[in-house]
Amino acid sequence: MNSALSLSGLSVSYGSVQILRDVSFTVAAAECYGLVGESGCGKSTAAFAAMRALPPAGRVTGGSITMDGQDVLELTRRQLRRLWGHRVSMVYQDPSRALNPTLTVGAQLMEAYRVLRVPDVRERAEAMLAKVQIPVPSRVMAAYPHQLSGGTQQRVVIAMALAKDPVLLVLDEPTTGLDATVEAEILDLVESLRREAGTAVLLISHNLPMVARMCDRIGVLYAGSLVEQGAAHAVLRDPRHPYTARLIGCLPGGGRRKQDGALQTIAGQLPAPGATLTACVFAPRCDRAEAICLSTPPPERWTGSHMAKCHFEPPFPVAEDAAPDDVVAVPEAAAPVLVATHVSKTYGQVRAVNDITLRLAAGETLGLVGESGSGKTTLARVLLGLTAPDAGGVLTLDGAALGPTVAQRTRAQRQAIQIIFQNPDSALNRAHRIRHILGRPLARLAGLSGAVLRTALADLARGVRLGDAHLAMRPRALSGGLKQRVAIARAFAGRPRVVICDEPTSALDVSVQAAILNLLAGLQRREQVAYVFISHDLAVVRYLADRVAVMYLGHLLEIGPTEAVLAGPHHPYTAALVSAATSAGRVRLKGEIPGPGEVQGGCIFQKNCPRKIGVVCETVVPPFDAEDAHPIRCHIPRPELMGAV
Amino acid sequence: MLKRLAAPGFVTGLGIVLFWVLCALFGPWLEPQNPYADDLMNALAPPSAAHWFGTDQIGRDIFSRIIAGARPILSVAPAATLLATLCGTTLGLITGYAGGWVDALLSRLIEVILALPLIVVALLVLVALGPSSLNVTVVIALVFTPIIARTVRAAVLAECKLDYVPAAQLRHEGALHIMFVEILPNILPPILVEVTVRLGYAIFTVASLSFLGFGVQPPSPDWGLAIAENYGLIVGGYGWTVGFAALATASLVVGVNMVAEGLQDALR
Repeated sequence: MNSALSLSGLSVSYGSVQILRDVSFTVAAAECYGLVGESGCGKSTAAFAAMRALPPAGRVTGGSITMDGQDVLELTRRQLRRLWGHRVSMVYQDPSRALNPTLTVGAQLMEAYRVLRVPDVRERAEAMLAKVQIPVPSRVMAAYPHQLSGGTQQRVVIAMALAKDPVLLVLDEPTTGLDATVEAEILDLVESLRREAGTAVLLISHNLPMVARMCDRIGVLYAGSLVEQGAAHAVLRDPRHPYTARLIGCLPGGGRRKQDGALQTIAGQLPAPGATLTACVFAPRCDRAEAICLSTPPPERWTGSHMAKCHFEPPFPVAEDAAPDDVVAVPEAAAPVLVATHVSKTYGQVRAVNDITLRLAAGETLGLVGESGSGKTTLARVLLGLTAPDAGGVLTLDGAALGPTVAQRTRAQRQAIQIIFQNPDSALNRAHRIRHILGRPLARLAGLSGAVLRTALADLARGVRLGDAHLAMRPRALSGGLKQRVAIARAFAGRPRVVICDEPTSALDVSVQAAILNLLAGLQRREQVAYVFISHDLAVVRYLADRVAVMYLGHLLEIGPTEAVLAGPHHPYTAALVSAATSAGRVRLKGEIPGPGEVQGGCIFQKNCPRKIGVVCETVVPPFDAEDAHPIRCHIPRPELMGAV
Repeated sequence: MLKRLAAPGFVTGLGIVLFWVLCALFGPWLEPQNPYADDLMNALAPPSAAHWFGTDQIGRDIFSRIIAGARPILSVAPAATLLATLCGTTLGLITGYAGGWVDALLSRLIEVILALPLIVVALLVLVALGPSSLNVTVVIALVFTPIIARTVRAAVLAECKLDYVPAAQLRHEGALHIMFVEILPNILPPILVEVTVRLGYAIFTVASLSFLGFGVQPPSPDWGLAIAENYGLIVGGYGWTVGFAALATASLVVGVNMVAEGLQDALR
């Protein structure tokens, strides 16, 4: 069969910096091929090069690209435009940037048909919107992009991409930045469109489990080299390259808990662009590496259709033993450290947080999950005292009332509650050195000075495995993982009782994420600190959290022990979140998440609920007993909440 | 950053500015003749070997007076810009960080000042207080402060969206610490660009005020004043009495603007 895209020995450089090295793979017609790798490994460059759409500094230095039977590198400008216009489509990460904010969706989508010179553009556009499962196409046609949700925007972009009935659809991180349930819907959509139209798909992502689920075959990129390639399930189950093996070991998937032991990590970090590479690009970080790895480039070892560039055969032993550490179980009747009672926060007409009551025991981790607009960040700000709650809500720390804002709390109370932000680039002041960033909280919160402060600073840095050399640097000189370690150290400077972790690993690569999660688990063991762990990644929550709270539009829908909440019986919304990360038995939300104030009376979830049982959901607020071990805010009797939908 | 500053525009601009700064600093050693000495026998002499730029109505050497004229303009304009930067940065930090009614009140005040035409305000104040270098400095600073404040406020608002600000609030840092130690170092680049742009305008304003008779008073050597005293002579064919002073002013303003543009490109 003719292949949709074929790269052969492709090398690409930016200026004098080589980004891709001898990359070869083929996407067969109607096949879904996944390209996986951590940030900076060259996956987007591969996509741009395949389209011959590299930025001006980029240059193909070797190899060939065949798309739909044509040698892409030999095409004239005119032929290339024809290829772009009629044969291939690309969908990027951020749909709001792919759409023109000054034109209606209809105008943009009809334009996609007009360039094809086909009749009935409006009818075709509406039909295509229906095909990407947009319920009322005519309404979306008349809307401007900013009036649509991220998920709908991405559907529109996909509709535009499919307008020309492409041979190849390139998806570059198409769901990064979308909520889990929306991501699941978009992926389902791509899957069904692909089966229907027989379009070949090149899916590029950092998310290995997602790619493996979606694709027939996958390729793993590391530092610009394709180190492994094969059938998706084979690569995931039986990785034949040490990098892939370690990457899979880094994932907190498969129901692993922190009690089961630390996650695997990959020592060292990705080589910087332009750095001198060893013969095997992964050798410096590889446990299996021997002298030959530094001197001789590894051959492509083929096992059937499964290729790995490695001198050795699996299994690849893990050098350091990831034996279970002693996890101190949270005592059953541990006295609560932080208690929030009937806490609400209203902005104008919007109830961002609605009547939340929860308890946090010393040393426990409470996972806080929910999608954008669920109020989890507002709740975190209220607990921290950055935002005062509405009158009536009570916060207590060790039984003593907490002031509504930081200024009204005692120093001991301020010391007790700290936060690790999502993005260390934003959380660390780029103007200051690490010494200042860590020294300041030691002075302000722990009240240290002089030699005591210097000793404490060195201890603090050592606790998150930062060296003395790092203290003299500014944040921009550090890698993402090191920056997040600084942010963690800052949160622990005052020996806190409660640390709020706001998606602390979502901006990090998988191998770095594992190290950060291990660090957080270790610090918790040592300091008996309680975590409120905000995350959209249920695998991470399952790994780290003792209990999970599920939030939706400011309401607490469910709270209970992690296993009980994730395995069920659980709230229909939790069911949707849990199923979003799997390929089978998807629980779909109905419609889009309603805007503020759209739901009046009855259950807050009624507009999205796939299991609405009748008028009771619209009129009666479901009971929720905060004293219960696992309360669920739903009218459906508990035994029926299990399983089938 | 340094590499990007090596752009030809920036280097040329810096060369022009440095030339005039040297003139301002070492004027008395560079002037071939006494800029105050009149020589009525040689009045309105055209450029020659004895007088490179010619002489003015009472025979003073224009070349020497141009060099001497760099000092008043290069002391008043930078001083006014510096004063405006200090006040404007502080004001911008306060309005941007405090927000709420403080911001609303100060922002309205800033808008009121911005709505007034610069030269008219300056003239009114100078008429009331009398023309002196100090008054010119203060009046230009007063008019520039709100412009700088507005730039700084916008930069502060962007910084306040970053998480290091709540992180500082969580350890109960004072507002002054957050404004001046946490935020200020991060917004220096836009302030620096704004300062150079303002400096260009300040030079222009100083020259304009001198031209209108509200700046440096005769017989001091000054570019704007020289233009004002002599422009009636252009029709008589004595262009050099005005041309070189105008050229000096223009070159300085252009030089400063080239530096500003180079900085802006390099810091972006």
